Amino acid sequence: MIETNAVYVIVAREFKKFIREKSRMVSTIARPVLWLFLIGGGMSRLVPSGENVTYIQFIFPGILGMTVLFSSIFSSISIIWDKEFGFMKEILVAPVSRFTVVVGKATSGMVLSTFQAIIVLCLFPFIGLRIDLLQVIYIVLVSALLSFTLSAFGILLASFHENYESFSVIMNFIVMPMFFLSGAMYPVKLLPDVLKMVSKLNPLTYGIDALKNILFPLETGRMGADFPLIVDLAVVASLALIFVFVAGKTFERKQ
Amino acid sequence: MSLIRPCLPLSGKIPSMSMISVKNLVKKFGNITAVDDISLEVEEGSIFGFLGPNGAGKTTTINILCTLLGPTSGTAFINGFDCDRESAKVRSQIGIVFQDGSLDKDLTARENLMFHAYLYNVGKSERKEKVEAALEFAGLQDRADDLVKKFSGGMKRRLEVARGIIHRPKVLFLDEPTIGLDPQSRASLWEFITTLPKKHNVTIFMTTHYMEEAEVCDQIAIIDKGKIIASGTPSELKKIVGGDVIYLKTDDNKRAMEDIKHLFETEVSEKDGEIFISSMKGDACIPALIREIGERVLSVRMQRPTLNDVFLKLTGKEIRDGNGKVADDITSKVKAHRRRRDRD
Repeated sequence: MIETNAVYVIVAREFKKFIREKSRMVSTIARPVLWLFLIGGGMSRLVPSGENVTYIQFIFPGILGMTVLFSSIFSSISIIWDKEFGFMKEILVAPVSRFTVVVGKATSGMVLSTFQAIIVLCLFPFIGLRIDLLQVIYIVLVSALLSFTLSAFGILLASFHENYESFSVIMNFIVMPMFFLSGAMYPVKLLPDVLKMVSKLNPLTYGIDALKNILFPLETGRMGADFPLIVDLAVVASLALIFVFVAGKTFERKQ
Repeated sequence: MSLIRPCLPLSGKIPSMSMISVKNLVKKFGNITAVDDISLEVEEGSIFGFLGPNGAGKTTTINILCTLLGPTSGTAFINGFDCDRESAKVRSQIGIVFQDGSLDKDLTARENLMFHAYLYNVGKSERKEKVEAALEFAGLQDRADDLVKKFSGGMKRRLEVARGIIHRPKVLFLDEPTIGLDPQSRASLWEFITTLPKKHNVTIFMTTHYMEEAEVCDQIAIIDKGKIIASGTPSELKKIVGGDVIYLKTDDNKRAMEDIKHLFETEVSEKDGEIFISSMKGDACIPALIREIGERVLSVRMQRPTLNDVFLKLTGKEIRDGNGKVADDITSKVKAHRRRRDRD
């Protein structure tokens, strides 16, 4: 059902293009650094620390989540570019199933995002965090899972859009709210009820919460995780399947 | 007009004999009918030309045949597989060169070809070899590792055609392959395309609105406003408008006309100081004319009917500029409709 050669080549194409685009690489690193040190650094003077987590440490999983969110969505949205420049047709007339195309694109997003998340993870010593190797491995795995889910979500968004004017709409009305209502910058448990509900519908919330579970296993106060790790993983994994399935079906439809 | 062959499927012919078989195909976008009940058969190894002005429904038909669109009604088969219901099988039988181009401009020529080879599951052992052969075929060996965005229009097109046959398709679709190319690139691309059926045993289905390009086709169907209005070989179609026309200037047109009428038993008329004669075989007629009244002839020229004349005769308008605006209107309406649909 899923052609591995096709998945491989779709991922290889994205990776090659990513490596060639130096500016994308730079902005990948720049955005998390700005948020972490300028916003995190500034806010930590205003926000009191938790039991053993400072504010700048508290937002670190959120910044990892942000890196994954932006790079996954950006990678998936490239489908709109592919449609605009015609390359999508080359893929769509090939004898590969639509699920292969979706899985290939989601895997591309996963590879690129995880790669970027690992770079951002290297910032941990600068904010006074101490993590062991096992935590590093878990963080990489969770980033991979989360980025696969978010990429599949991005593909679903992209499949409803034909031209790149919609790109800024997606960025401003979907991606930014997703980021703010994910517990990245402030704990979900402190939000008003309405926003709390919205947060609970946000896939990113569970991804970031999983990272908090791994990074701050001992923290129980408001700086700690909101849900048990197993719930986080279950939600993100099932959403991955749902998004891939729906995106595959959407791609399959003919006009 | 009796020479126009009916465009209905030839009775008694088994569909599986044809490489492409289309019956009563209809495609509507909302209340716009882009393809209106067309039927056609294309034999294996032939070059089939689909001719019509912009917006006539050519690309829509190709999109249905290559499984990107579903038909509203009617059927389309490629090599015996249903384009609507057996999409995957059809896709493995075909190669396509799209009108707008579908190369990744941020990859090199070789990478674009490699991508295609992987996507079409070309075996590991022959992948490299086939990609190299395609590069050679397109004459791009020394530019193989340059990004496609640095290529000229002609090079991109050649690369696309070469890519389209890497996986040895049974049918190659070419949607306006020469659009936007300069005359020289057009000519060389044509030379390249016409060698394909023999070299790779591939059937070619192409669309164009350049009448002169359709001359190389074995069979032609002319489409206008979604309907096929005539089909046949290029020479059959040209007979619709009559034969060649020979123009003569002589020292005494009146006398020459009398003689020609007498000798050749044919209609002769005069216009703007030139005598003109219609003949089915103009090239054979000229030597005979010269033999008979040669010493009095000052100049002679012959005009062959073009497919443009055929189109003009059938629709009452020129194919190129004829109602281009209306056609573009339809294209943009279809696009707007798709956008609306996508939003809902």
